[in-house]
Amino acid sequence: MKLSCNISVKHLTRVEGHGNINIRIKDGKLEEASWEVVETPRFFEAMLVGKKWDNAPYISGRICGICSIGHTLASIRAVENVFGMVPTRQTNTLRLLLKHMETLQSHVLHLYFLAAPDFVSLGSVLPLITSHPEVVQRAVRLKLLANDACDIIGGRRLHPTRTVVGGFTMLPEKEQLEKLKQRLLASVEDLKQTAALFTTFAIPDFVRETEFVSLKGTDSYPFIGGNLLSTDGLDLPEHEYKKMTNEYCVEISTSKWCRVSRQSMAVGALARINNNHHLLAPLARQVADQFGLKPVCHNPYMNNIAQLVECVQVVEDSLALIDELLGAAMLEPRQPVAVKAGIGVAAVEVPRGILYHCYDFDEEGRIRKADCVIPTTQNNANIHYDLNALARQCAGEGKTDREIELLASMLVRAYDPCISCSVH
Amino acid sequence: MPANLTYLGVELARPRVAFFELSSCEGCQLQLLNNEATLLDFLSLVEVVRFREGMTEAGDDYAVAFVEGSVTRADQELQLAEIRKKAKVMVAFGSCACFGGVNQLKNRFSDQEWVKREVYGDFHVDTQLARPISDVVKVDLMIYGCPVKKEEVERIVTDLLLGKAINHPKYPVCMECKANENICLFDLGEPCLGPVTRAGCDAWCPSNRMGCWGCRGPADAANIPQMARIMAEHGFSTETLLDRLECFGGFAAHVEEIRKKG
Repeated sequence: MKLSCNISVKHLTRVEGHGNINIRIKDGKLEEASWEVVETPRFFEAMLVGKKWDNAPYISGRICGICSIGHTLASIRAVENVFGMVPTRQTNTLRLLLKHMETLQSHVLHLYFLAAPDFVSLGSVLPLITSHPEVVQRAVRLKLLANDACDIIGGRRLHPTRTVVGGFTMLPEKEQLEKLKQRLLASVEDLKQTAALFTTFAIPDFVRETEFVSLKGTDSYPFIGGNLLSTDGLDLPEHEYKKMTNEYCVEISTSKWCRVSRQSMAVGALARINNNHHLLAPLARQVADQFGLKPVCHNPYMNNIAQLVECVQVVEDSLALIDELLGAAMLEPRQPVAVKAGIGVAAVEVPRGILYHCYDFDEEGRIRKADCVIPTTQNNANIHYDLNALARQCAGEGKTDREIELLASMLVRAYDPCISCSVH
Repeated sequence: MPANLTYLGVELARPRVAFFELSSCEGCQLQLLNNEATLLDFLSLVEVVRFREGMTEAGDDYAVAFVEGSVTRADQELQLAEIRKKAKVMVAFGSCACFGGVNQLKNRFSDQEWVKREVYGDFHVDTQLARPISDVVKVDLMIYGCPVKKEEVERIVTDLLLGKAINHPKYPVCMECKANENICLFDLGEPCLGPVTRAGCDAWCPSNRMGCWGCRGPADAANIPQMARIMAEHGFSTETLLDRLECFGGFAAHVEEIRKKG
C-alpha cells in the first residue's frame, strides 16, 4: 500500500505533441490521475471553410506529420464520396499499398524509437547506436524501405504529392515495384528479428476493460472504408461515424474526448486486431500467437505487440498487392472529376486508429463545413481513465514514484498518441 | 556516439543542438528521422541535447535551436524568448516557423470568435492569430518548406558547421523544374506557382506532377503580376491563384495587394 506520491510529467517525451501526466496519492487515497493535453489548437476545420474541394486533401493532409498519407487519403475519399466517384481497381490497389507502407514506417518508428527504449531502461534509442548497432540498423532499414515505397507511390514520404481526387498524378514504374517487392521479401527476416527482440521485453501486466472501435473487415483485414465496429456490439455504416465518436470538450484538454457505449473507448492497432483477428494473414497470425495476442485483449500495453503484428500483416498484404499490379497493364492514373453538392464521409484506418473526414460542399464544390475526428482524440479519454486505474493498482502494490512514473509514461506511449493531430 | 568528423584534416566542432515545436504537425522534425540513409552521419555532425519527440533527456545548454511551428498562444512567446536567450543561432525550421504556414489560413477570417466557435462551440480555448516566429524573436536562419527537404537541411547544417555563408537560391522553382526536364505543369493543365516560388526543393512537387503551392515563399524579385497573367491565360481563376499564394503565408503581402485591387 502506497501512502503518498506526487508525479507530474510535463510534456511527456517520445510521443508526438504536448501532453502532461499528473498523479497524486495522499494518505493512501488517489486524489488525481489525469492525462492533460495542452497542445495549441490549429483550427483546420475552420480554415477549410470557403475553400474549394481540391484544397481539402492538400491542406488537411498537413494535420499530421506522421500519418499525412492517411489524412490525405481520408480527405480524398470523403471528396470522392460527395462527388459519387468510384476509384478504379488500380487506384484502390495503389492507395492501399501506399497506406500499408505508411503504417509500416509509423509502427517501426514507434516500436523502435519511441517505445523500445523504456523496455531497456534508456531515455532514447541513441545509446543503442554504439551498443547495439545491428538493432538500430534493422530499424533504419525497415523504416527506409517503407519510406522509399511511399516516395515511389505517393511521390513523397511526408505530405504526399501524387495523391489526388480521382487517383494519382503519376504512377510508379513496374521496375520500381519489382525492386520494392524484393526489399519487402527481404524485410520478413527483419520483422521476425523484431518479434524476437520484443519477446525479450516484459509487457506490463495491466488490464482495464475497454470498448474497442475499428473498421469491420469483410473479406480482408480492413484499412480503407467499410462499416464501423465496436467490441460492445455496435455495427454502423461509415457515414454514421458521429454515433461512433460523440466528441465533447473537457477542461483538462485542448483535444476533445470521445465515447460510445461507455465512459471511454479505444482505437488503434489493438482495436483493429480485437475486431478483425480472424482476417490476419498467416505469418501475422503466427506472430500474434507467439505473444498470446487474442481477441478481446484489454491490456493497452499490448498495442505495441498489435503494431508489431500489423507490420507483418501489411508486408504480407503488400506483396500480394504488388503481384496484382505487376500482373496487369498500368491504366490511366487519374479519373476526371465532376463537382457535386453534398456531404461525404470517409473512414480510414491510419496507424493510430480510425480516422474520419467529413465535408459538406456547395454546388461549386466549396466547403461549407468540415469535420475531422482523429484517432488520438478518440483515445484521450481512455488514456485518462487507464491512468486512473493504473495509479490505483500501483498504489495497492506499493510501487515507488519512479516505477509509477515509468509505467504511466509507458502506458501513454503504448497508445502512440499523435497529440498535435488530436488537437488539429 | 560516432566520432567527430574532420574536414581537410581539421576536426569539426560538434555543436549542441536542440529542437522545439510550437503549433505544427511536427513533420519537419520527423523529416530528420525520415532520412534513414544518412541519419547516423547527421548525428555525428551535431550533438542533439533536446529532441522531445525522440528522447527523454533534455539539455538546456545548446548553441543552435531549431524551432518548428508558428506562434498561436501567449505561452509560446515566453518559450521563444527563453530559447532565444540560450541559443547562439535561432533557426526557423519549416514554413510554419518562417511564415506562419498553413496555420495562418485561419487568419483570413475577420471574425476570430467564429473560428473558435466553428471548432469548439462555446468551450473556451486560448488562441491568437498564427504568426511566424520572427514576429516574436530575432531569427538568424530560415529553412523553408512544408515539409523541409532533408537534403537541404543537411547542406545548411554542414555549411553552418564549416562556417560557410548560407545562401538560399535567389531563383524560382521553375528553374529546377526545367533542369529536371519535366513537362511544364501548365501544359498538363495544372496551376503552378513554380515561376515565383523560391527554389531549393529541386522542384519536389512539380517533378511529381503536382503544381507548386508556394510553400517556400517568394523567390527574389518574384513577378507576381506576371504570375497572375500566366494563370489567367491558362484559364485559372483568381481564386485558384489566391488559394495557392495564401496557403503558407510566404506571399502574404502579395495576397493582400491582390485582394485590395479586387
